[in-house]
Amino acid sequence: MTIKDLYQKARIKWSILYEGDVIHILIGTATCGRAAGSMAVLEEFKRCISNMDVPVSISEVGCMGLCSYEPLVIIIKPGNVAICYHHINEQTVPQLVERYIKNDDPCLELALGTVVGGGGEPVHIPELELFSYQQRLLMRNCGYNSPLEIDHYIACGGYSGLARALRSNPAEIIGEVEKSCLRGRGGAGYPAADKLRHCYMAPGDTKYVVCNADEGDPGAFMDRLLLESDPHSVLEGMAIAGYAIGAERGFIYVREEYPLAIHRLQTALAQAVEKGVLGTDVLGSGYKFDIEIVRGAGAFISGEETATIAAIEGRRSWPRHRPPYPSQYGLWGRPTLVNNVKTLAFFPLIISKGGDWFASIGNGKDTGTVLFALAGKLVNTGLVEVPAGTKLSTIIFDIGGGIRSGKQFKAVQIGGPSGGCLPQSLLDTQVDFDSLRQAGAIMGSGGIIVMDEDNCMVDTARYFLDFCSKESCGKCTPCRDGIHQMLGILEDFTTGQGDLSELDKLERMAEDMKQTSLCGLGKMAPNPVLTTLRYFRDEYIAHLVEKRCPARVCKELTAYYILPQKCYRGCDHCVLACPAEAIYGDDNGLKVIDQAKCTKCGSCELVCPPEYNAVVRLSPVSLVPPERRSKTSL
Amino acid sequence: MPSRRERRHLIDILQDVQESEGYLSRESLLEVSHFLGIPPSIVWSVATFYNQFRFTPAGRNHIRVCMGTACHMAGGQLVLEAVARELKLEIGATSDDGEYSLARVACIGCCAMAPVMTIGDKVYPKMSPPAVEEVLVRIKPSDKGDKCDH
Repeated sequence: MTIKDLYQKARIKWSILYEGDVIHILIGTATCGRAAGSMAVLEEFKRCISNMDVPVSISEVGCMGLCSYEPLVIIIKPGNVAICYHHINEQTVPQLVERYIKNDDPCLELALGTVVGGGGEPVHIPELELFSYQQRLLMRNCGYNSPLEIDHYIACGGYSGLARALRSNPAEIIGEVEKSCLRGRGGAGYPAADKLRHCYMAPGDTKYVVCNADEGDPGAFMDRLLLESDPHSVLEGMAIAGYAIGAERGFIYVREEYPLAIHRLQTALAQAVEKGVLGTDVLGSGYKFDIEIVRGAGAFISGEETATIAAIEGRRSWPRHRPPYPSQYGLWGRPTLVNNVKTLAFFPLIISKGGDWFASIGNGKDTGTVLFALAGKLVNTGLVEVPAGTKLSTIIFDIGGGIRSGKQFKAVQIGGPSGGCLPQSLLDTQVDFDSLRQAGAIMGSGGIIVMDEDNCMVDTARYFLDFCSKESCGKCTPCRDGIHQMLGILEDFTTGQGDLSELDKLERMAEDMKQTSLCGLGKMAPNPVLTTLRYFRDEYIAHLVEKRCPARVCKELTAYYILPQKCYRGCDHCVLACPAEAIYGDDNGLKVIDQAKCTKCGSCELVCPPEYNAVVRLSPVSLVPPERRSKTSL
Repeated sequence: MPSRRERRHLIDILQDVQESEGYLSRESLLEVSHFLGIPPSIVWSVATFYNQFRFTPAGRNHIRVCMGTACHMAGGQLVLEAVARELKLEIGATSDDGEYSLARVACIGCCAMAPVMTIGDKVYPKMSPPAVEEVLVRIKPSDKGDKCDH
């Protein structure tokens, strides 16, 4: 069947649901929505509408990227604008059904705003200011189209890029990608057209496309969201890339930690084959392209391209020296195009709208849009898509809404364990590959974690090294032993040991590792240490000289203390909550923490009623008055 | 379905074995080696490389605490310690009665809900030591008595 026929059929289905006479309820059931309880919301909706006589349809959709508002529900009622509701739970569902679906009260107190776009136009909520800074290309359908229905994707112009590609020759496709100046979104930013060309030119009849969806960076979830919300865009991109380089098979390597993404990909793949947009005769063109899903098995290193290939071959995912690059010698020794999920998902847009259009977005240095996962101490966490070159401050304060609960911004961590921590003074940095690298961070796969005054930078550096030491594959010595040694030094710092001379040692080791490690993991692992040393050296000095953790995070340097002037004698919350039985009352019934028994779990601070707010953390520990350190000292 | 009797399906097969049996036993590893016609040492080498595989049975309630960056910043370590303390379990261990097992996981991509933990397939958002206690009391079948002696 041609794309035109498919489109016409899909359009009919789409118009019934989104523009027709049925009431259509969209429930965001991506992983973050589920964590917030959207499956219970889905069940409750099903229950509530089961006895209605007007036609109501429910679709599970992906995620709009508004994680902090989950669970989200969109209701499209014929004759009305689509309305998005936030923080919906089992209690509010019957209200929505009773008042809005059965009657005409749109329950504005539960609404987030109206939903505009759809049908191929980027979906957004104009009432939310955070959308005004964004430009949603990859996320155009996310949270609105059902990822379980290929017709929704086709009705929004999906697979037309592939159809167009099939009418051109590979050189034209690569030329279009070249015009777009797209750089690979996996982290390193290699020009996408060059990679395509190398694979295309490489000798051999058998070639492969690999979609790298091993999103191992802790704190990044862009690929997950895309695969869960709009999986067909990735499949289409793979088919275009396959046609361009002359490959007949593609592999998607997905983390096993993403079961829902795998499930939705499987559904999408089966539908695509059934519709003939993939398989033995792609869109009736005679081109053959099959895709296979390969589950990862939980190894951060599998994201490195040669390691991905090893994992697909069923081996330990050990990286190897390059060259030869995978575009020459890849999967089973054949030329292989390895691209990130987002890079591939851009291809359909570039082919259907043109490379020049894509290149017109961005700041001139980088083109197109960039996806970031915003997490940490922000008001609005979730996924954002901004033109390349947007300032960090725009992302953090205008879109992210700034720091929660009135705290002070301290640092922004970009690029995961291979990235760096940037301070307030660098918030004018534009998010493009080169500007970020200059500042000491990297674009990475696109995780942004914002930290406030309560986060310790030494502990953050230690955390990332700890992560890398666990994930180092062990093949090369600089990474295997270097990270371990650096981690040891930082562990000393966070426990109040070590001296200033070790700061230089850290810097020297970091430099050696950068020069000598085999792959990106070892080369980049020192980045969090180097950037924190560069921008937050005072915190290191406080730890080493004053034995003080300014953020009061490092346990050995911090004590929990109950302010007697704030404690209330009739309240026992902390005593009951303390798992170590370290809290008791003094002669006046005011509480005291026995420092020798305290395990610093933080329970007392959490349960102390806000009207007293008596539990504080002190650093250095010597700040605790001697007479209130233990039972015997009273 | 095409035959999976190829080296490249090794990880895939190990995943299926673990899914149906809960862990990879010595016997099943040997069987996989036999099935694929590759030395047991290679099967062992691959299986031990990946974090997903376990060589002792998981508990009926397999608890994974996320140690991703966002979760770490929001106190994931305290959550992990709270679970370990409440269940008297070491990380990576299974309780003697086979009821619980505890693992740390690098990141499950729910950063906006940090800190999170999962029990089976269910994700528990915004955890804290007191919240952990509440969740565990709900899934604990019997021994509620020993916590209330204050």
